[in-house]
Amino acid sequence: MSNLRINRKKNKRFGILICVAAILLGILLAAFIYRLVSGKPFASVFRGFLPWFLALAVSAVAYGTPLMFGTLGEILTEKSGNLNLGVEGIMFMGGAFGLGGAYYYNQLASNPNGYVAIAIAIISAFLAGAIASLIYSFITITLRANQNVTGLALSIFGTGVGQFTGEFMRVKAGSYITLSNDLKDFFIMCPFPKFIQNIPVIGRLIFGHGIFFYLGIIVAVILAFYLNKTRSGLYLRAVGESPATADAAGINISKYKYLATVIGGGISAIGGMVFITTIAGCTWNHEGLSGFGWLSVALVIFCLWRPTAAIWSAVLFGALVDLYNRLHLAFLPDEIYKILPYVVTVIVLIFSSLRNNKEKQPPASLGLAYFREDR
Amino acid sequence: MGEKTKTPLIRLAKRDGLNPSAAWGIRLASILVALLLGSLVILITGNNPFEAYGIIVNGALGSEVFVRQTIKNAIPLLGCAIAIAPCFKMRFWNIGAEGQITAGALAATFIMRQMVGKVPSVVLLLAMGLAAAIGGGIWGLIPAFFKAKWNTNETLFTLMMNYIIIGVVSWLQIGPWTANQGRMAQFDEAACLPKVMNIHCGWIIVLVLVVFMFIYMKYSKHGYEISVIGDSENTARYAGMNVGYIMMRTMFLSGAICGIVGFIVASGANNTLSAEVANGVGFTSITVAWLSQLNPFVMIAISMMLAVLEKGTSSLNTWLAVPASVSDIIIGLLLFCMLGCEFFINYKLIFRSSHNGKEGEAK
Repeated sequence: MSNLRINRKKNKRFGILICVAAILLGILLAAFIYRLVSGKPFASVFRGFLPWFLALAVSAVAYGTPLMFGTLGEILTEKSGNLNLGVEGIMFMGGAFGLGGAYYYNQLASNPNGYVAIAIAIISAFLAGAIASLIYSFITITLRANQNVTGLALSIFGTGVGQFTGEFMRVKAGSYITLSNDLKDFFIMCPFPKFIQNIPVIGRLIFGHGIFFYLGIIVAVILAFYLNKTRSGLYLRAVGESPATADAAGINISKYKYLATVIGGGISAIGGMVFITTIAGCTWNHEGLSGFGWLSVALVIFCLWRPTAAIWSAVLFGALVDLYNRLHLAFLPDEIYKILPYVVTVIVLIFSSLRNNKEKQPPASLGLAYFREDR
Repeated sequence: MGEKTKTPLIRLAKRDGLNPSAAWGIRLASILVALLLGSLVILITGNNPFEAYGIIVNGALGSEVFVRQTIKNAIPLLGCAIAIAPCFKMRFWNIGAEGQITAGALAATFIMRQMVGKVPSVVLLLAMGLAAAIGGGIWGLIPAFFKAKWNTNETLFTLMMNYIIIGVVSWLQIGPWTANQGRMAQFDEAACLPKVMNIHCGWIIVLVLVVFMFIYMKYSKHGYEISVIGDSENTARYAGMNVGYIMMRTMFLSGAICGIVGFIVASGANNTLSAEVANGVGFTSITVAWLSQLNPFVMIAISMMLAVLEKGTSSLNTWLAVPASVSDIIIGLLLFCMLGCEFFINYKLIFRSSHNGKEGEAK
């Protein structure tokens, strides 16, 4: 037993080593490609490459942050065995209501405070997502309807509600709505002091991102801790893996499924709000937001249902989303970049089913309804 | 058992087959509830719900031109719902209709570009239809192959396949096949579906498919095998059925029909190929299929209902300046209510207060 544990620890260290090596190799490879494309001599490549790489990293994190929230929420949901395909709709609702909350606070308060605005945006987005998932949970858990179909219905409904709210606010205000510039800055501010950000390279690479990125990391770590180290997290995983067994052990299946889905939906919705308030510049932009929900569903597979893996995979997907703006290769058309995240996800999905590793699988009862009588 | 012991407030009991007319009564009631909820949304915009619903019905069915447009909207919905039915019957959650439509339209366009002007129109159209069926079929076959071989999760796989093919088409659209400003050229006259009663003849194809699918599911050996797998995969295996092969065969058929729908949309309705050829139809049709209990004839009614809503709310947008997204909200509400109402058809609620089991029948 102890032998096994040591082995596993060694494996883990080995894994981290490989990860670091892979990142370094990736940077070298990117530099090489950059050289090929730009045709400059190798020595000058690194001079040109570094700013390019930093800019890519910054935008990758910016695009990755909404994805990270969407993914984390969906991981929590799927761990309970509920496959909620409504993430797209949930993120739309989160975006519209989060923006709405911040906007009306901005209008009503005489001296609006940035932190309060952020808190209100988070809370209203969370509530919107929670209500949307509550509808989903009621229909799938209590009324026992099919999860896939209900999820798709939620997608249609949620995108409708989001767009409706966005347009409705605009019509009511008479012009397109946005926050005051002071508040906008708060949403993209970096929580670290200037001197840390000014450390060359590392300052921008690690400490230079918006506040929501670090919030997302905190959520990811808490979620990982909850799922892997607490009793209640263990119960939740049991519900997702084998509800019949969990039921026999006296776990309240419905309670766990409801809570996980509703809270998960709330977290996903924050992702939509983050997109609208950071990338879209605090205006309603449904064209930009569309697709992020489906990407989040893809990401859940890509990071194999592990919250901590969601951090780097979201950034990676963020880079893929934005790469077509930054890297132009003669042999690879820009539009093809956009399907890379999905191709990568399919490959991961195939390999995870091929390898049949017990720990890297979808929750066993994912998408299946559980009725005690039907056992 | 005493009154004070812990009997839950509401108990559930399975109904043994509610008679069909009562079941459809409950379903109709759920549609009414959805429309009531929808009128709340219309109230928020400051309009009279009765007036708004009047405009919706009038805008969808008020004149011959409107009816034609509504039917045009219903054709792809119905076609895809038919395609999805056998998969869902098999409990193979194919949510890749969106991609299979696009793949079919892509294949048809490819053939069109190769053959246009060289063969008569009938041959060209047949070739395009065949290519679309094969294209869509292959796109459906890939996830089925991996499901059969390694039990890869088909829901997520088919979902990803949608975006891959849509990405490919949007690349073709602004890249190699572009005609002007990121759009493809209109199809040649010979490559457009002929019109019957002023609507492109796709509606005839789809109605034929309805009959075909009804017979296929109900009276063919294939249909029997599909329903056995849907009920219990292990039973099917025990009976000596090759489950993997049947899965791949059914998915090929499903994808092929979706592909044909893609061909109908591209050639009949749009007269061009674009990345938005499916435009969410693949997702909506899944709900159509499920709500009609996978019965092809009921699908006609449900797809028409959704098409009426979609077309009607667009005129709501022009008349009352209500955001067009109201249609998505009302359709969403409708789906929620209809999904939820199945519960009251399959189960009855028994309240604690009465000993004789007074049945509470909620809508």
